[in-house]
Amino acid sequence: MAIFLTSESKIIVQGMTGSEGAKHTARMLAAGSNIVGGVNARKAGEKVDFDTDTGTTTLPVFGTVAEAMAATGADVSVVFVPPKFTKDAVIEAIDAGMPLIVVITEGVPVHDTAAFFAHAQAAGTSRIIGPNCPGIASPGQSNAGIIPADISEGGRIGLVSKSGTLTYQLMYELRDIGFSTSVGIGGDPIIGTTHIDALQAFEDDPHTDAIIMVGEIGGDAEERAADYIKANLSKPVVGYVAGFTAPEGKTMGHAGAIVSGSSGTAEAKKQALEAAGVKVGKTPSETARLMRQVIQGA
Amino acid sequence: MDLMEFQAKELFAKHDVPVTLGIVVEAPEDAGPAAEKLGGRVVVKAQVKAGGRGKAGGVKLAEGPQEAVARAGDILGMDIKGHTVGQVLIAPTADIGQEYYFSFLVDRGARGYLCIASVEGGVEIEEVARTNPEAVAKVSIDPHVGVDEAKAREIVAATGFPAEVADEAVGVVLRLWQVFIGEDASLVEVNPLVRLGDGRLEALDGKVTLDANAGFRHPDHAKYEDSAAGDPLEAAAKAKDLNYVKLDGAVGIIGNGAGLVMSTLDVVAYAGEAFGGVAPANFLDIGGGASAEVMANGLEIVLGDADVRSVFVNVFGGITSCDAVADGIVSAFALLAQRGEPVDKPLVVRLDGNNAEQGRRILDEADLPGVERVDTMDGAAKRAAELAAAK
Repeated sequence: MAIFLTSESKIIVQGMTGSEGAKHTARMLAAGSNIVGGVNARKAGEKVDFDTDTGTTTLPVFGTVAEAMAATGADVSVVFVPPKFTKDAVIEAIDAGMPLIVVITEGVPVHDTAAFFAHAQAAGTSRIIGPNCPGIASPGQSNAGIIPADISEGGRIGLVSKSGTLTYQLMYELRDIGFSTSVGIGGDPIIGTTHIDALQAFEDDPHTDAIIMVGEIGGDAEERAADYIKANLSKPVVGYVAGFTAPEGKTMGHAGAIVSGSSGTAEAKKQALEAAGVKVGKTPSETARLMRQVIQGA
Repeated sequence: MDLMEFQAKELFAKHDVPVTLGIVVEAPEDAGPAAEKLGGRVVVKAQVKAGGRGKAGGVKLAEGPQEAVARAGDILGMDIKGHTVGQVLIAPTADIGQEYYFSFLVDRGARGYLCIASVEGGVEIEEVARTNPEAVAKVSIDPHVGVDEAKAREIVAATGFPAEVADEAVGVVLRLWQVFIGEDASLVEVNPLVRLGDGRLEALDGKVTLDANAGFRHPDHAKYEDSAAGDPLEAAAKAKDLNYVKLDGAVGIIGNGAGLVMSTLDVVAYAGEAFGGVAPANFLDIGGGASAEVMANGLEIVLGDADVRSVFVNVFGGITSCDAVADGIVSAFALLAQRGEPVDKPLVVRLDGNNAEQGRRILDEADLPGVERVDTMDGAAKRAAELAAAK
């Protein structure tokens, strides 16, 4: 088992015929994901071949998400469409009743994300992950997004992270223990799935024993997650926050990673997490060590 | 993208928010004629992207043109929280009755929007929130609905605007909402929004943060981009579309992904403690799917920093493939040698993930002078700190 994405998941790709979409569709197929088609109104009815080590997979292109769902029974959509068109693509998927929408696209205007998130809340039938995220991987089962599939084995650690490359780094350091699911939630100001959403799902997943939560400076998502952990989680959580030495007031890449004043610093987040009983590593390797102790002590 | 006051006011004017634009000058002597034009008695205001300008001495009253020149001379060139003042706004004085605070912002926690407003404006809103929290109204806004007239009335009532300005305040709230949504702003703040002696409302100051991701909808926002970045290396990096921030240390950092690079800064700073406090010289994220060219550009910027004594290239290939990173390093060395600026600083490289084996092989075969491969992030950080300390 896993959270949000399992071997049962049937995936379509919005933007499959674009260069990024095509490249990662091939990778997801190679990772064993059950991709059943793509969506592009201008190429509806066409077929696209993807070559992987195990042979060629031919995927149909549908004109709309609704058609793709009706024809294939897809329950996950991975969105690679450019930022200009992301809002419309996500709203189309929500209106079609797509249960899980994974938005990889980077550079989506925050007002667009606010609009499609509010739309999803009103509909009440779709979970959104992202935008600007690496997606979600349940190693050995399925992979929806751009997390390299071969970093880690399947296993019993759950991981939720704002940062893509830190997700990879920690999965790599703990590859021998393995992961049930790794969720990259993205670092944008508004995101569809938060640390708290993923923490609760891992708490409810009988195949996850312990959880790693990776945060970043800026905002107060980690502080809110800490409160939530204290009140609601029984499984052990190990935390990591990047940016202990980042100077205040400088933007380091992610829109979300802005430190203003004292709140939102790595130190403040670490303290909040520790107060909730979370062990916090000061580096990725220390974090991996702490998780190893948790698993081996359990 | 943060705007300066006069730029924020331009956007306010565009959406009919009541505002007096004033005149922006860059040389003290231009402040005289500007003051004259505005009636003589003016306020000279530093234009920097930082709060607390008044406290820092960046806002001064001038009784006439001559004094305006003197005050502009004082303020131009001042340093306010690390920003050098290059422009001042000459604004007419206002007959201020009351001062209010008003803002729209993106609410990360609620994943929507928030309006914060107070009838106690003109001071730091954080201070009001601490000392008199009841005076600060917070009204959530559902992005689905936005701010219509009913919502604007709710906001005005919650803030406690006096009855005689309520109707006008509703209009101002609706127009500021148009600035927020129409200009793709993530923050619109007016402090103070004032009630003038004659009863009218006016935005006496303005702070706007525009969403850089929405640039495709706003070609006119390009003029607000900082053409003159303070640091020449940051400007050079910007010209090459690199995500670079100059820091104070001696270890140049190049990595992929904001999270990993930030983490690399931490790991290098910790490792540096054992070597007399060696610290990172910069933040440079070459991003996902970085090509050899991007890697070469990045290396060129980092090596161009005179403070850099060693460089740590830390890549975990997700989309980025490590062979491209290695090719980039090799071609950067060739390019710089060709230019007569051969690389004379040691490089520590750690490659993992996508195509790591190929990447390592490329580096080993190229056998570049001063390049060392280290397998772990911690080990590589330590080595880079050690090399920076030794040089």
